[in-house]
Amino acid sequence: MATTLERTIEHRQQTWPAALLASQTFWVLVAVILACIFLSFATDSFATAKNLYNITRNVTFVAIIALGMTLVIITGGIDLSVGSVLCLCSMILAVVMHAGYSIEVGIAASIGTALLIGAFNGVMIAYLGFPPFVITLGMLSIARSLAMVASNNTVVFQFGPDHDKLLALGGGAWFFGIANPVLYMIALALLTGFVLRWTKFGRYVFAIGGNEHAATLTGVPVRRIKVAVYMISALAAGVAGIIQTGWLGAVTTNIGAGMELQVIAAAVIGGANLAGGVGTASGALIGAALIEVIRNSLGLLGINAFWQGTFIGGATVLAVLFDRVRNFRQSE
Amino acid sequence: MAVLELANISKHFGAIQAVSDVSLSLEAGQVVGLMGDNGAGKSTLVKMIAGNFRPSHGTMRLDGAELVLHKPVEARQYGIEIVYQDLALCNNLTAAANVFLGRELRRGFGPLRILDHKRMYKRAGEIFRELKSETRPRDLVKQMSGGQRQAVAIARTMLSEAKIVLMDEPTAAISVRQVAEVLNLIRELSDRGIAVILISHRMPDVFDVADRVIVMRRGRKVADKPIALSSPEEVTGLITGAIEQV
Repeated sequence: MATTLERTIEHRQQTWPAALLASQTFWVLVAVILACIFLSFATDSFATAKNLYNITRNVTFVAIIALGMTLVIITGGIDLSVGSVLCLCSMILAVVMHAGYSIEVGIAASIGTALLIGAFNGVMIAYLGFPPFVITLGMLSIARSLAMVASNNTVVFQFGPDHDKLLALGGGAWFFGIANPVLYMIALALLTGFVLRWTKFGRYVFAIGGNEHAATLTGVPVRRIKVAVYMISALAAGVAGIIQTGWLGAVTTNIGAGMELQVIAAAVIGGANLAGGVGTASGALIGAALIEVIRNSLGLLGINAFWQGTFIGGATVLAVLFDRVRNFRQSE
Repeated sequence: MAVLELANISKHFGAIQAVSDVSLSLEAGQVVGLMGDNGAGKSTLVKMIAGNFRPSHGTMRLDGAELVLHKPVEARQYGIEIVYQDLALCNNLTAAANVFLGRELRRGFGPLRILDHKRMYKRAGEIFRELKSETRPRDLVKQMSGGQRQAVAIARTMLSEAKIVLMDEPTAAISVRQVAEVLNLIRELSDRGIAVILISHRMPDVFDVADRVIVMRRGRKVADKPIALSSPEEVTGLITGAIEQV
């Protein structure tokens, strides 16, 4: 009796290969790799250094924001304001630098704006009990409008004395010819992955998404964690905005429009569950990569760009379908 | 010596008198069944011991020292643990993660402290072994049976040196086999010298596992006697009011 109890407790129900095969993220990664292999043979222009450089860089903006969004989604929330926050942060950076301040001041102002907006969202949701959908929907409208106010709805393309520094920050490739934004993305993804797996904060993010009431009862500081999560989401949008500004070399008041939906799609394709409690950093990256590969491949294969939405939407549904099928099998 | 002593405890919410003038004492290792109809005041009484409410009148003593609680977290620091009716488990986390929720073990130092998964799995495994429950620390709670879920919730109370465990309807809504499992878990706690207050509607469970039964009706304690000297019929009478007081 004692030995069987011992063995049962020590027994691992799932080995890691089995866990891998059961993970949605893994299958999306397989899809991305297969698509890349197919495109390398089907077209001459896919597997070129220039195209790969473009793809990897284009992925980053959605991917960086998706990292923050994944945290929000794991807690069972949603942040619809990220596209507008990206725009506002870019615009604050641009306006401050245009006025003659250094890049450090510009970035500080931009990051400060992001944190302030995130804190506002978080406090309204965690302390005043607003539904995340409502508050961030409001912020989606407010932030973009503030960006228009800040710039008087003009295009800013001169960034004062540190103009070149900013362009190098976003447009350069300081390390083995890999675009700088890609490096930032990898660093941030590693950081997010680490936080989720190895810190108390990460554990609490999952706990809140799993059972908020239980988290409260066991002494998890639910409200503070929620505020932090929305601040991180806004911060990710701000960071993406700064990098994108450096890459584009100009800011208009319509950048990032509709981006929140792409970001949410990336997180969901990567395995995050909108009901809360599930999500990974690698999933956010892989989801963003799939979206970008689809977009890129349609262009290269000469398929009308109007089809883009259909394919990306189809991919979202298909990715979640895998998860549903697995759940059905489990519940039977 | 009594672990917990309540003296003339009352609680009113506005004009509603939820608990009036209840005194009781609890010995180490004793299992007390707390019974009563809905609204009899048993939940309110337990919530005062758990730190959810503060008594309007009366004093509580833990190991002879006066006990004043402002929130549930404080009760835990004094060695009073609660198993909630809904168990307060996160389905998306492993058994070990749930056991240690809010009290994670970490290694490293200063701001660079990281979760010590290995030690948490090991300790959780040890506790399940002590509870003689076939529960695997690495399994997700959503894949578990009702009895295993109870074991996870009870394992929480064994992390620190608990003196008193309060259980709110632990045997409601689980299968017969699982009820037996849970009653065994309660006996394990008692063998360890932990006092257990068991709120239950299920007469057989209380008579099976408890040493003593306390019955409440309309905020008052109407009976407090060894289980051997009582009977289900008497307790039923006390709950409904057919028997006034013993």
